[in-house]
Amino acid sequence: MEKLLNSLGGTVIAGFVLTVIVVLLIHAIH
Amino acid sequence: MELADYGWWAQAVRWAHIGSGIMWIGHLWYFNFTQTPTMPKIPTELRPAVVRFILPEALFWFRWGAMFTLVFGLILAYMNGYLIDAIKLGIGSNNHKFTAIGFGMWFGAIMWFNVWFIIMPNQNKVMGVTPATPDEINAARRTAGLASRINTLLSIPMLYCMVFAAHYY
Repeated sequence: MEKLLNSLGGTVIAGFVLTVIVVLLIHAIH
Repeated sequence: MELADYGWWAQAVRWAHIGSGIMWIGHLWYFNFTQTPTMPKIPTELRPAVVRFILPEALFWFRWGAMFTLVFGLILAYMNGYLIDAIKLGIGSNNHKFTAIGFGMWFGAIMWFNVWFIIMPNQNKVMGVTPATPDEINAARRTAGLASRINTLLSIPMLYCMVFAAHYY
Protein backbone atom coordinates (compact mmCIF):
# COMPACT_ATOMS: atom_id res chain seq x y z
CA MET A 1 0.00 0.00 0.00
CA GLU A 2 2.80 2.41 0.93
CA LYS A 3 4.58 1.57 -2.36
CA LEU A 4 1.40 2.40 -4.28
CA LEU A 5 0.92 5.69 -2.42
CA ASN A 6 4.54 6.70 -2.99
CA SER A 7 3.73 6.72 -6.70
CA LEU A 8 1.60 9.68 -7.79
CA GLY A 9 0.44 7.83 -10.92
CA GLY A 10 -0.43 4.76 -8.85
CA THR A 11 -2.41 6.92 -6.43
CA VAL A 12 -4.45 8.49 -9.24
CA ILE A 13 -5.13 5.11 -10.89
CA ALA A 14 -6.18 3.69 -7.50
CA GLY A 15 -8.52 6.69 -7.13
CA PHE A 16 -10.23 5.85 -10.42
CA VAL A 17 -10.44 2.15 -9.48
CA LEU A 18 -12.05 3.10 -6.15
CA THR A 19 -14.47 5.35 -8.08
CA VAL A 20 -15.58 2.36 -10.20
CA ILE A 21 -16.09 0.32 -7.02
CA VAL A 22 -18.15 3.15 -5.50
CA VAL A 23 -20.30 3.44 -8.65
CA LEU A 24 -20.98 -0.31 -8.48
CA LEU A 25 -21.82 -0.01 -4.76
CA ILE A 26 -24.23 2.88 -5.41
CA HIS A 27 -26.12 0.68 -7.86
CA ALA A 28 -25.80 -2.45 -5.71
CA ILE A 29 -27.40 -0.74 -2.70
CA HIS A 30 -30.59 -0.01 -4.71
CA MET B 1 -35.20 36.42 -5.92
CA GLU B 2 -35.88 37.43 -2.33
CA LEU B 3 -33.44 37.32 0.56
CA ALA B 4 -36.06 35.42 2.55
CA ASP B 5 -36.14 32.73 -0.15
CA TYR B 6 -34.99 29.42 1.46
CA GLY B 7 -33.85 28.04 -1.90
CA TRP B 8 -31.62 31.08 -2.46
CA TRP B 9 -29.89 30.54 0.90
CA ALA B 10 -29.42 26.83 0.18
CA GLN B 11 -27.66 27.73 -3.09
CA ALA B 12 -25.60 30.41 -1.29
CA VAL B 13 -24.41 27.74 1.16
CA ARG B 14 -23.65 25.42 -1.81
CA TRP B 15 -21.61 28.27 -3.36
CA ALA B 16 -19.63 28.65 -0.10
CA HIS B 17 -19.21 24.86 0.15
CA ILE B 18 -17.79 24.60 -3.39
CA GLY B 19 -15.57 27.67 -2.93
CA SER B 20 -14.11 26.28 0.30
CA GLY B 21 -13.75 22.90 -1.41
CA ILE B 22 -11.72 24.43 -4.24
CA MET B 23 -9.50 26.14 -1.64
CA TRP B 24 -8.97 22.77 0.11
CA ILE B 25 -8.62 20.32 -2.78
CA GLY B 26 -6.73 22.91 -4.84
CA HIS B 27 -4.05 23.01 -2.16
CA LEU B 28 -4.15 19.22 -1.70
CA TRP B 29 -3.48 18.73 -5.41
CA TYR B 30 -0.84 21.50 -5.35
CA PHE B 31 1.03 19.60 -2.61
CA ASN B 32 0.76 16.23 -4.37
CA PHE B 33 1.09 17.19 -8.04
CA THR B 34 3.48 20.15 -7.76
CA GLN B 35 5.33 20.77 -4.48
CA THR B 36 6.22 17.24 -3.30
CA PRO B 37 7.48 15.95 -6.70
CA THR B 38 9.46 19.18 -7.24
CA MET B 39 11.19 19.35 -3.83
CA PRO B 40 13.97 16.85 -4.72
CA LYS B 41 14.83 18.97 -7.80
CA ILE B 42 15.24 22.18 -5.75
CA PRO B 43 18.85 22.99 -4.71
CA THR B 44 19.33 22.23 -1.00
CA GLU B 45 20.07 25.86 -0.08
CA LEU B 46 16.75 27.00 -1.59
CA ARG B 47 14.51 24.40 0.08
CA PRO B 48 14.10 26.31 3.37
CA ALA B 49 12.27 29.02 1.39
CA VAL B 50 9.56 26.50 0.54
CA VAL B 51 9.39 24.95 4.03
CA ARG B 52 9.54 28.23 5.98
CA PHE B 53 7.49 30.54 3.78
CA ILE B 54 5.30 28.79 1.19
CA LEU B 55 4.38 25.64 3.16
CA PRO B 56 2.98 27.34 6.32
CA GLU B 57 0.88 29.73 4.22
CA ALA B 58 -0.41 26.93 1.97
CA LEU B 59 -1.22 24.74 5.00
CA PHE B 60 -3.22 27.61 6.57
CA TRP B 61 -5.56 27.89 3.57
CA PHE B 62 -5.53 24.07 3.17
CA ARG B 63 -6.71 23.26 6.72
CA TRP B 64 -9.26 26.08 6.99
CA GLY B 65 -10.53 25.25 3.49
CA ALA B 66 -11.12 21.71 4.80
CA MET B 67 -12.91 23.00 7.90
CA PHE B 68 -15.26 25.36 6.04
CA THR B 69 -15.96 22.76 3.31
CA LEU B 70 -17.13 20.31 5.98
CA VAL B 71 -19.19 22.88 7.90
CA PHE B 72 -20.92 24.33 4.82
CA GLY B 73 -21.42 20.79 3.45
CA LEU B 74 -23.21 19.65 6.60
CA ILE B 75 -25.36 22.81 6.64
CA LEU B 76 -26.22 22.26 2.95
CA ALA B 77 -27.20 18.61 3.51
CA TYR B 78 -29.36 19.65 6.49
CA MET B 79 -31.03 22.48 4.54
CA ASN B 80 -31.74 20.10 1.65
CA GLY B 81 -33.22 17.58 4.07
CA TYR B 82 -30.97 14.61 3.31
CA LEU B 83 -28.34 14.79 6.06
CA ILE B 84 -29.47 11.64 7.92
CA ASP B 85 -30.27 9.68 4.72
CA ALA B 86 -26.80 10.52 3.38
CA ILE B 87 -25.07 9.48 6.61
CA LYS B 88 -26.93 6.15 6.28
CA LEU B 89 -25.67 5.92 2.64
CA GLY B 90 -29.25 6.06 1.41
CA ILE B 91 -29.97 2.58 2.77
CA GLY B 92 -33.74 2.28 3.16
CA SER B 93 -34.42 5.42 1.13
CA ASN B 94 -34.57 3.84 -2.36
CA ASN B 95 -32.77 6.90 -3.78
CA HIS B 96 -29.43 6.72 -5.61
CA LYS B 97 -28.79 10.40 -4.88
CA PHE B 98 -28.59 9.87 -1.11
CA THR B 99 -26.21 6.93 -1.55
CA ALA B 100 -23.94 8.91 -3.86
CA ILE B 101 -23.86 12.03 -1.68
CA GLY B 102 -23.47 9.79 1.38
CA PHE B 103 -20.33 8.15 0.01
CA GLY B 104 -19.04 11.61 -0.91
CA MET B 105 -19.73 12.92 2.59
CA TRP B 106 -18.02 9.96 4.26
CA PHE B 107 -14.95 10.30 2.00
CA GLY B 108 -14.89 14.04 2.73
CA ALA B 109 -15.21 13.45 6.48
CA ILE B 110 -12.31 10.95 6.46
CA MET B 111 -10.22 13.46 4.47
CA TRP B 112 -11.12 16.27 6.92
CA PHE B 113 -10.05 14.05 9.84
CA ASN B 114 -6.76 13.28 8.05
CA VAL B 115 -6.08 17.00 7.56
CA TRP B 116 -6.73 18.11 11.13
CA PHE B 117 -5.59 15.09 13.16
CA ILE B 118 -2.85 13.42 11.07
CA ILE B 119 -1.40 15.79 8.47
CA MET B 120 -1.30 19.00 10.55
CA PRO B 121 0.20 17.56 13.79
CA ASN B 122 2.92 15.85 11.72
CA GLN B 123 3.55 18.87 9.49
CA ASN B 124 3.94 20.98 12.64
CA LYS B 125 6.83 18.71 13.64
CA VAL B 126 8.37 19.02 10.15
CA MET B 127 8.08 22.83 10.23
CA GLY B 128 9.45 23.07 13.77
CA VAL B 129 6.23 24.41 15.30
CA THR B 130 6.13 21.34 17.55
CA PRO B 131 9.52 20.33 19.02
CA ALA B 132 10.76 16.96 17.69
CA THR B 133 13.96 14.94 17.29
CA PRO B 134 15.41 14.38 13.77
CA ASP B 135 14.05 10.80 13.82
CA GLU B 136 10.60 12.03 14.84
CA ILE B 137 10.72 14.65 12.07
CA ASN B 138 11.53 11.99 9.46
CA ALA B 139 8.71 9.77 10.73
CA ALA B 140 6.34 12.76 10.78
CA ARG B 141 7.26 13.67 7.18
CA ARG B 142 6.47 10.11 6.04
CA THR B 143 3.17 9.92 7.95
CA ALA B 144 1.99 13.33 6.71
CA GLY B 145 2.99 12.43 3.14
CA LEU B 146 1.09 9.13 3.22
CA ALA B 147 -2.03 10.75 4.71
CA SER B 148 -1.84 13.43 2.02
CA ARG B 149 -1.59 10.75 -0.69
CA ILE B 150 -4.56 8.87 0.82
CA ASN B 151 -6.55 12.11 0.63
CA THR B 152 -5.52 12.57 -3.02
CA LEU B 153 -6.72 9.02 -3.74
CA LEU B 154 -10.03 9.61 -1.91
CA SER B 155 -10.55 13.00 -3.57
CA ILE B 156 -11.23 11.28 -6.92
CA PRO B 157 -14.28 9.19 -5.88
CA MET B 158 -15.32 11.99 -3.47
CA LEU B 159 -15.53 14.47 -6.35
CA TYR B 160 -17.41 11.92 -8.48
CA CYS B 161 -19.97 11.41 -5.70
CA MET B 162 -20.45 15.14 -5.12
CA VAL B 163 -20.88 16.05 -8.81
CA PHE B 164 -23.00 13.08 -9.85
CA ALA B 165 -25.23 13.28 -6.75
CA ALA B 166 -26.04 16.91 -7.60
CA HIS B 167 -26.36 16.60 -11.37
CA TYR B 168 -27.01 12.99 -12.37
CA TYR B 169 -28.59 10.68 -9.80
